[in-house]
Amino acid sequence: MNPNNYLLLAAILFTIGAYGVLVRRNAIIVFLSVELMLNAANLAFVAAARNTGTLDGLVAAFFVMVVAAAEVVVGLAIIVTIFRTRRSASIDEASLMKY
Amino acid sequence: MIAALIGLPLLGAVVLLLGGRRTNAWGHLLAVVMSASSFFIAAMLFMQMVGKPEEEREIGQFLFDWIAVGAFQIPFGFYLDQLAIVFVLLITGVGTLIHIYSIGYMAHDPNRRQFFGYLNLFIASMLLLVLADNYFLLYLGWESVGLASYLLISFYQQKPSAAAAGKKAFIVNRVGDVGLALAILLMFVTFGTLSFEGVAAGAGLAAPTTVTWIGLALLLAACGKSAQFPLQSWLLDAMEGPTPVSALIHAATMVTAGVYLIVRAHAIFDLSETARTAVVIVGAITLLLGAFIGTAKDDIKKGLAGSTMSQIGYMILAAGLGPVGYVFAIFHLLTHGMFKAGLFLGAGSVMHGMHDDVNMRHYGALRTMMKVTYATFALGFLAIIGVPPFAGFWSKDEIIHAAFGQNLFIGLATLLGAGVTAFYMTRMMAMTFFGEARWEQDVKPHESPAVMTIPMIVLALGSAFGGMAMLFIGDIEHWLEPVTGFAYPQNSVSKAVLIPITLAVILGGAGYAWLCYGRRPIPVDAPTNVSLLTKAARADAYGDAINESLFMRPGQYLTRSLTWFDAKAIDGFVGGIAAAVGGLSARSRRLQNGYVRSYALTMFGGATLIALILLLVRL
Repeated sequence: MNPNNYLLLAAILFTIGAYGVLVRRNAIIVFLSVELMLNAANLAFVAAARNTGTLDGLVAAFFVMVVAAAEVVVGLAIIVTIFRTRRSASIDEASLMKY
Repeated sequence: MIAALIGLPLLGAVVLLLGGRRTNAWGHLLAVVMSASSFFIAAMLFMQMVGKPEEEREIGQFLFDWIAVGAFQIPFGFYLDQLAIVFVLLITGVGTLIHIYSIGYMAHDPNRRQFFGYLNLFIASMLLLVLADNYFLLYLGWESVGLASYLLISFYQQKPSAAAAGKKAFIVNRVGDVGLALAILLMFVTFGTLSFEGVAAGAGLAAPTTVTWIGLALLLAACGKSAQFPLQSWLLDAMEGPTPVSALIHAATMVTAGVYLIVRAHAIFDLSETARTAVVIVGAITLLLGAFIGTAKDDIKKGLAGSTMSQIGYMILAAGLGPVGYVFAIFHLLTHGMFKAGLFLGAGSVMHGMHDDVNMRHYGALRTMMKVTYATFALGFLAIIGVPPFAGFWSKDEIIHAAFGQNLFIGLATLLGAGVTAFYMTRMMAMTFFGEARWEQDVKPHESPAVMTIPMIVLALGSAFGGMAMLFIGDIEHWLEPVTGFAYPQNSVSKAVLIPITLAVILGGAGYAWLCYGRRPIPVDAPTNVSLLTKAARADAYGDAINESLFMRPGQYLTRSLTWFDAKAIDGFVGGIAAAVGGLSARSRRLQNGYVRSYALTMFGGATLIALILLLVRL
């Protein structure tokens, strides 16, 4: 199978994730979109590693997974706290830190 | 011993000024005691000096190194020679008499203690000025005298005119001080030292132009302190101070400092014909200008102030004549110190009896009411116009004699000055003590208490006999000769001819004044349909108007334009930058809108941009 298809898929997934981050208001959805982007990147890394036959991309993918796991923990905690205080998971309402 | 001379009055000033109200009860007595003990020390030192042979009379006292920076070495030391001691005796002697007089004169003033503190400060500053052994220390004394005069002239500080007069004296003096500062700087650059000896020794080796410039700068300094043309305008306004202050400024301290400076720096003036000529011209102009102003003043103190200008003009002129004149400048200074102090104290006594009225048109016929004041004032009057054998005759006649030796016109100027002096002093006598009484209602003239009349009597005796005593017993020419040098005037008119002429001129001036003011009734209000000359003299020869139009208004204009430039250009530039930055940030902070999604968009935009750039560069 053509390895470029993997990269194409990764690009599509990344675009969907970015679109989700930019247009959705629900924090959970935004969060899922971020995860989608991260995994799209992972896919690209792995595909690239396969293409070049080196381990660099695989190592980078592992790093991304670890960071993503940590980010999920912190991010979800923040979202839950915001939901408890404001009774809403809309990210547009959490806009107090501004000029 | 020398340090004690200065230290005692200084201590008095410190105690009185820092002691506050606790010293109110006895403060004035302390001040008198301090001044008097300083006089006694001076008398002792004088006796010691008289007992020594001529070449051992100078004594010095080194206290400590004041400033020591590399080659710039200024010791804090005193130097007492024949010139300094006569000044010290005059300052402390006349100063003490004025202190005693002030006990009576200021008896009802709530700030009497402060007044005496300032008087002591004045005496101490003036002593420091004449006892310093280098020009830098002299400068310290010079400035302290300026400070003390400012404090005393504006003593009645609740009166705006007195406050303004004090400021005026201080500021005009600053102009002269610039001259002294320049002279000192030039001296240090040229000679590398500021001690009197070092400067005198180095003067002969320096470039003649430099010496001339130093002399001219010193002349500017002398003009400021001694109220000489063109810096004379402060002296007449200085009459706003209490009368004893006027006596102190005009007789014992302050205005004599300029004469002292020129005589002390005679090594400079001996070498520079130009500087000496400038000194003579300034002296001649001032002696005529002062006498001219004195003729038209109705204010008794301002009349005397004009007279002081004129007499100091004589001294400056004599000092400018070189070795033929230095001695007589000092001689006239000493006799003037006595009779002018006596005249001022007399004027103060008259004012004391007339409810502080200074207008002579409200006086008249006071000779029967104030016998002592009349008698002492009359002796001072005879001394100042130069009637033999009173003090002023001996000194003024010598100056006129020396002036004729220099130049016919200068001689004629001094002669004319003598005539005008006789005119305005006779006018003053006639308006004050003779004629019919023109007193204001409910003014009852009375003689002053003994504490005031005794100093006046002492000074009157000095005016009567002081000149003879100094000339014949003290032999003042030869007393001062080791310090200043002395030469008999050459090519002058012989004294046998000159003295009768001088006396005739004096008699003419006095007689004319008597015709105008003694024989005719004096209007109570000053006549307004007077000649232009009288108007000019009443306006102090337009000295203030000239200063205002030449210096004050252009100065104000300059200040205003600088303020405008500062506000518009400099503030505009700096403020404009700040406003631009502020406006820009007010707009750019709107980007921080708090919406996560817009931040995310920015991040994507940025990332895309970077990716594009990377791609473009790679391609």
